[in-house]
Amino acid sequence: MSDGNGNGSLKLTAKDFRTDQEVRWCPGCGDYAILAAMQSFMPELGIERERTVFVSGIGCAARFPYYMNTYGMHSIHGRAPAIATGLAASRPDLSVWVVTGDGDALSIGGNHLIHSLRRNVNLKILLFNNKIYGLTKGQYSPTSELGMVTKSTPMGSLDFPFNPLSLAIGAEATFVARAIDTDKKAMTEVLRAAAQHKGTAFVEIFQNCPIFNDDAWAFVRDDKDGVNRIYLRNGEPIRWGAELEHGLRQRADGSIEICPADAPDLLVHDSQHESAALAFALSRVTQETHGGTPVGVFRNIQRPVYDELMAEQLSTATAKRGAGDLAALLHSGETWTIS
Amino acid sequence: MAKPVEQLSTVIVRFAGDSGDGMQLTGSQFTSETALLGNDISTLPDFPAEIRAPAGSLPGVSGFQLHFADHDILTPGDQPNVLVAMNPAALKTNLRDLPNGGTLIVDADAFTERNLQKAGYAANPLEDGSLDEYQLHEIPLTTLTVGALKEIEGVTPREAERSKNMFALGLMSWLYGRNVDSTIAFLEEKFGKKRPEIAAANIKALQAGYAFGETTESFAVTYEVKPAEMAPGTYRNITGNQALSYGLIASSQLSGLPLFLGAYPITPASAILEELAGYKNFGVRTFQAEDEIAAAGAAVGAAFGGSLAVTTSAGPGVVLKAETIGLAIMLELPLVICDIQRAGPSTGMPTKPEQTDLLMVMFGRNGESPVPVVAAKSPSDCFHAAIEACRIALKYRTPVYLLSDAYLANGSEPWLLPEVDSLPDISTTFATEPNFEGEFLPYLRDEQTLARPWAVPGTPGLEHRVGGLEKADRTGNISYDPENHNLMTRLRAQKVAGIASDIPELEVDDPDGDATVLVLGWGGTYGPIAAGCRRVRRAGGKVAHAQITHLNPFPRNTGEVLRRYEKVLVPEMNLGQLLKLVRAEFLVDAVGYNRVSGLPLRAGEIEQAILALVEQQ
Repeated sequence: MSDGNGNGSLKLTAKDFRTDQEVRWCPGCGDYAILAAMQSFMPELGIERERTVFVSGIGCAARFPYYMNTYGMHSIHGRAPAIATGLAASRPDLSVWVVTGDGDALSIGGNHLIHSLRRNVNLKILLFNNKIYGLTKGQYSPTSELGMVTKSTPMGSLDFPFNPLSLAIGAEATFVARAIDTDKKAMTEVLRAAAQHKGTAFVEIFQNCPIFNDDAWAFVRDDKDGVNRIYLRNGEPIRWGAELEHGLRQRADGSIEICPADAPDLLVHDSQHESAALAFALSRVTQETHGGTPVGVFRNIQRPVYDELMAEQLSTATAKRGAGDLAALLHSGETWTIS
Repeated sequence: MAKPVEQLSTVIVRFAGDSGDGMQLTGSQFTSETALLGNDISTLPDFPAEIRAPAGSLPGVSGFQLHFADHDILTPGDQPNVLVAMNPAALKTNLRDLPNGGTLIVDADAFTERNLQKAGYAANPLEDGSLDEYQLHEIPLTTLTVGALKEIEGVTPREAERSKNMFALGLMSWLYGRNVDSTIAFLEEKFGKKRPEIAAANIKALQAGYAFGETTESFAVTYEVKPAEMAPGTYRNITGNQALSYGLIASSQLSGLPLFLGAYPITPASAILEELAGYKNFGVRTFQAEDEIAAAGAAVGAAFGGSLAVTTSAGPGVVLKAETIGLAIMLELPLVICDIQRAGPSTGMPTKPEQTDLLMVMFGRNGESPVPVVAAKSPSDCFHAAIEACRIALKYRTPVYLLSDAYLANGSEPWLLPEVDSLPDISTTFATEPNFEGEFLPYLRDEQTLARPWAVPGTPGLEHRVGGLEKADRTGNISYDPENHNLMTRLRAQKVAGIASDIPELEVDDPDGDATVLVLGWGGTYGPIAAGCRRVRRAGGKVAHAQITHLNPFPRNTGEVLRRYEKVLVPEMNLGQLLKLVRAEFLVDAVGYNRVSGLPLRAGEIEQAILALVEQQ
């Protein structure tokens, strides 16, 4: 039997993870690519289908569990991290995945998201970010840009958006990464690292909504030449551009700037750095501010895992006081007998 | 020379002081001493939500009432016979309940000009004759306590002063012939390790209070209340929240499922979370969530994983959980939601009891969303009510509401400990095999209970998806089919309605069998209603009493019982919620008796309400 982080030897194929349900996303939706990547990646983990659970909230992305032939729950808006926390905390033997969107995770479910991150429950959270509400047909979301004109903001949005990765890092996440829906190879690498991570793994996936916010990510999604994608590889200097002519380096104040690729003080990526400062600075590097956007694993550190700690407390208490005895419990404290 | 002993049949004592004066501790220790003597007891703590309101102020007054007797009693008592007031504010807020001629013991030291002013007294009531109607004992409790502790080293004057509650307890223990040994053992256990000098000071104060009683001329007699005749067996004193916690642990053992509690701190339910957090060796997982919604959500997640899942709260938290409970209805998973009712609406009065959540738990959700409801009727009954709620949830794969209230939660009574072997078997089975032609249909129901199979992750071959969207009958796939929705809506309703055949019939207490008036109560009003009925009968009147503990569905004979009586009186700590339900359900012209004061109903007012109805005939 494998553990919940996928160290098994089971032989499965992508087909084993498909269900008989007709997939009902709009033609051209980025979710198809993510689903396909996930179905072909899952066999690699070697985890039995019955020990894998997908939990979602509400939104287009939330249909995901219906299409994975594992256990699954399509729950209520924003609450998937809370529900998954109860499941993972009581069943450390399971591999629990949360599929969510920018509205589900960052608006109505914002509180659950940040608290699951700080607790470090053994969950893998995949946030499909398309910067719009899809299922409710086109209102602005917490990642929509300031001034964005949508059905609910005819004169432009007044809300300053969240940067999901900055938020996750600020919420003490131990694993933070980013992938692009159509970039299967890099996304699989990120999913693999997330699956292997002990604790909460947070993955933002740039996902295209062709109906309500088409081409929101075109600058990286359609970037066949790699002009705008900054791939983060642990232990390697950060270089990018069509000819790898650009680099990144840190200023004295910790923030990051662009430099030539041959600069002597090129930033070497360290996702395991004790301080979250580097990962945070990298999360601030965006297309708008730097002309390129990092993808890959930003942060990946070890911290005690909530469900393991909880199980440990149970076994410590049992070792110390013996397994619970109901009759003794009822008779504890001061008692008196009437004959 | 020993003072003469006067026999009493029943006594009601109220301790009242500043919330920093340790009145809850004093009251609970007096209770414990009294329980060990074999009296029947019933207690009612009454404290403010503020942890430490300004010292000496009216809102800062904390009280504890104890009723003990040589016979079976049902309530903490309507009015105290003895009031111990530790300061002017405590006197002012409690004196209205003390009948003329009642015993009043005050700390004379606390009646300073400043304290009198804070309590809003223009003149000192100890001096202006306004207390002439009472048997007043002015005792300088603070001075006597500080004097007694002079020789104990390492105790600050402030700490010495704070032991005055133990002096008062010692005096009361002497007055009613209680043995203080159990309190001494308690103090040693509580303070002995960390601050032995504090333990010594409190014990000394306790003994000094006792000795003061023996020597003072202020009290001419002492009192004795003989043990009550109670059923043989082993007893302990227990509060509702503690009994409820034990009931959940018992349910876990009786079902063989690990207990998972998702909770967010809220008065008056927090004590259940705190209590259960201490029983990890019973395999209990307690999860203090980020909010009420997450607490319920985590419980649903744990239920999906095969735990006995529970979430606890009070009204303001339960409204937030409504969405998640709707999900549990759709998923048809077992979940117990404990609502320890408190005065509302909104924040209301957090520490005060009410029965105002009944219609919320019945109907406060979107869609046709029936949920079984069980209510506890006394502090110790919370144990059995918890097991019953878990039984129904597991057997019928449904969320179940368990209603208690701030009065049951904090009140206490002696509990005849049940034999573990006598507790019901509430075990359930998980699905392990395909259930239809080699396939697994997650919504293929048990023909008798209409419950669906519970297949937990980790079971090979039964992988399936559930969710909040409407389910197709049998397969559980998403369905928008109109006929299917109509069918599923009715199936969910039928499943809950069918529980009526699996719960006890409504019992009627009608000693002579010829009463024409029925008093119908539910949940936590059992004590005062039963006591009120006894009073009526003692005076020669006839009245029947039935107390409902299953509110959805109602016991199957409820309509028949109601129609048997010419008049039906429904007393409630709300404006008529059960009344509305029985009138709608059974077309019975019942009348209500309602008071929503944040205090338990009193036997006296129930008696009056019954008499008024009897006289109309």
